[in-house]
Amino acid sequence: MTGTVVVTGLGVIAPGGDDTEAFWRTLLAGRRSIGRIDRFAPDRYRTRLAGQVHGFHAKERVGSRVAVQTDLFTQFGLAASDMALADAGLDMAAVPEYERAVVVASSSGGTEFGQREIERLWRNGPDHVGAYQSIAWFYAATTGQVSIRHGMRGPCGVICAEQAGALDAVGQARRLIRDGARAALTGGTDASLCPYGLTAQLAAGRLYQGDDPARAYRPFAADTAGFVPGEGGAILVVEDAAAAAERGARQYGTVAGYAATFDPRPDSGREPGLRRAAELALADAGRAPGDVDVVFADAAGVRELDRIEAAALTALFEPYGVPVTAPKTMTGRLYAGGAALDLVSALLAVRDGVVPPTVGIGRPAADGRLDLVLDHPRRLAVRTVLVLARGFGGFNAAVVVTAPDAAHARAPQPSEGADHASIHRR
Amino acid sequence: MRVGRPRRTPVAITGMGVVAPGGLGVKGFWELLTAGRTATREISLFDASGFRSRIAAECEFDPRQEGLSPREIRRMDRVAQFAVVCTRDALGDSGLDLAAVPPERIGVSIGSAVGCTMRLEEEYVVLSDGGREWLVDPAYAVPHAYDYMVPSTIAAETAGVCGAEGPVALISTGCTAGLDAVGHAVRLLQEGSADVMVAGAAEAPISPITSACFDAIKATSPDNDDPAGASRPFDLDRHGFVLGEGAAVLVLERLDDARRRSARVYAEIIGFASRSNAFHMTGLKPDGREMAEAIRAAMDLARIGPDDIGYINAHGSGTKQNDRHETAAFKRSLGARAYEVPVSSVKSMIGHSLGAIGSIEIAASALALEQQVVPPTANLHTPDPECDLDYVPLSARDHAMEVVLSVGSGFGGFQSAMLLAKGGTT
Repeated sequence: MTGTVVVTGLGVIAPGGDDTEAFWRTLLAGRRSIGRIDRFAPDRYRTRLAGQVHGFHAKERVGSRVAVQTDLFTQFGLAASDMALADAGLDMAAVPEYERAVVVASSSGGTEFGQREIERLWRNGPDHVGAYQSIAWFYAATTGQVSIRHGMRGPCGVICAEQAGALDAVGQARRLIRDGARAALTGGTDASLCPYGLTAQLAAGRLYQGDDPARAYRPFAADTAGFVPGEGGAILVVEDAAAAAERGARQYGTVAGYAATFDPRPDSGREPGLRRAAELALADAGRAPGDVDVVFADAAGVRELDRIEAAALTALFEPYGVPVTAPKTMTGRLYAGGAALDLVSALLAVRDGVVPPTVGIGRPAADGRLDLVLDHPRRLAVRTVLVLARGFGGFNAAVVVTAPDAAHARAPQPSEGADHASIHRR
Repeated sequence: MRVGRPRRTPVAITGMGVVAPGGLGVKGFWELLTAGRTATREISLFDASGFRSRIAAECEFDPRQEGLSPREIRRMDRVAQFAVVCTRDALGDSGLDLAAVPPERIGVSIGSAVGCTMRLEEEYVVLSDGGREWLVDPAYAVPHAYDYMVPSTIAAETAGVCGAEGPVALISTGCTAGLDAVGHAVRLLQEGSADVMVAGAAEAPISPITSACFDAIKATSPDNDDPAGASRPFDLDRHGFVLGEGAAVLVLERLDDARRRSARVYAEIIGFASRSNAFHMTGLKPDGREMAEAIRAAMDLARIGPDDIGYINAHGSGTKQNDRHETAAFKRSLGARAYEVPVSSVKSMIGHSLGAIGSIEIAASALALEQQVVPPTANLHTPDPECDLDYVPLSARDHAMEVVLSVGSGFGGFQSAMLLAKGGTT
């Protein structure tokens, strides 16, 4: 036990790729995976664009027995967990059963499954609610199913902090490893693109309204008009560094720092908590702002929230002091899955020495004073990354990941999907 | 208590707020429990005719009388109202001068299994016109619809009440959430992420959809002709749990800090652990193996042994399988001591409020320690040969005890155990 917690496996189900490398190629190609909602007819809703996962066949990915008793958010979590464990090459049988942990973020639970069952109840009566509603709808569904699937008998957790939740889950997974677990599955997924889910999201007043994918979700632009919702997410395998080294595991990086803060009451006149979360995570990692090679921003796409984030970053790093990116401009905001996906992208940036871009925002607002990685990936030796996330209602979280020792590092993958000529060097 | 290796910093419970069925505030709650009175009645919160189980333990809760403003009442689901009221009570009870604590050093950890389910359902019924329109009409959405979709708003509302700007999270591990949320808070205090944690859990699940989903799996009691006697943990004639609602919020501080300000210490939290059965989302194996492991792990952390435990506040839900499972877990983890130590379930009186009950039971356990009184298991008339421990039937018992074990078990296979010690004994 070293207290050092490393990432050894990644699994992604996201718009633009239902496996990790496919997703990464899409990001490096700078391709937007945002389009018109085709899960249902979205005409009557002011938001009709979303980042959807296409071609995901639940029965094939999780088995028909599990598929009928789970919502899509759990199916994404199960598929991503399978992928992450395979990627980590971790033989669970070799890990003592009570040292296998699961802690996953959930934002809105089994939204579509829940809508269907409430509909049955009110349309047809209480006898028509299915037996699986009780285990598919609640926020713990993914953690429970993942635990069962992989025989994880150690501590299990479920954290809800909307879009910030996945970073909190990773921070909690690190605690569990430090408290004696050997390996943990962590991260988050979300799938709330059903009519009721979308309607509720619209009520929060932060979604882009319109039909032009090129105008949708442009964080840090002066005329930003909200964000596009998305679905999917990522699951990561984290392990104690010594245990990982002992089994010869290849690492993506170290979860070096984590912190969470909450915003002051709106009437307090106090500064929002995002900068402090970043500072605390850096301090926790034993790193200074100058060590950070790139920041994966929360990038709310809401003018005031963008201002707050830009102010936090310029205060911490000086204006234009650090490359900042928001690849979520290609996927939309994935709620519980969003920050987990950013963490995966951050670790792949470390592996491959390339930063995925922020796409299609046009000209950033002048008052932001950020060095945004715009439209094309940027070649960069990435050793330290700061990932930021904010959850609706005042939640802030930050994670710092650092590069693994060369001896344990993953080999860089040639980015075949990316057009090399388009990769800008600075 | 055994003196051994140094254990983790003990954490003190210095304030308490409870909203529970059958009595107002902490005082009413404790009076009900020690009188052995039951608060299970016919459901009045909705028309339950046509449902298999038509009984529940409801709180006599008037948000206006509890001081909530008209806007707070409009904005918050009943579950958040419970949490906010308990938080105000707990802060007042703690005697803590909040103005003297930097907001950054105050954190929140709130548990809930099903979040804002009442409003989620009510709004859906309107939007879908009674379940008739899958493509729900957004024109009927209330402005706070998204607050109900993400349970994290319960923690955010709580943070607003106490001005917390430290780590804030909603923990949603189903029916162990109330224990896990407090366990999480203890961990944050021990690692120094906060100096004061407002921790607890809330649930307001008495709604058609929650009732229907437990009906569908026959988990709740159908003994509608005897509401007051329907929750019968450990009794041979038990037929399932009775749904409850409520909340408990605790003010937690490191013991040294509590002593420095001469705070009243209800009890100390000296150990917490959780494990998962990785077996079934709702089913339990009769051997109680993983719960026993959680109990052993908690005892290890607290550096105590079975003989130190003076009372077990059981999960005791009143389902056939739970009470057997739990009895086996106590025998497995405590050996001969299991037969000597009194065990009781307050769910016999206040029902099973899902995610909230763990925190409510921690409050009951702390009061039991402080008052040296064990609350009874009401309605236990006919012993079940498979449940052969001392369940303190019908009447409360004066009992000298230094340490209390409180356990929980929930959907997803989660098993949690917490150890509390009498204030001033460590």
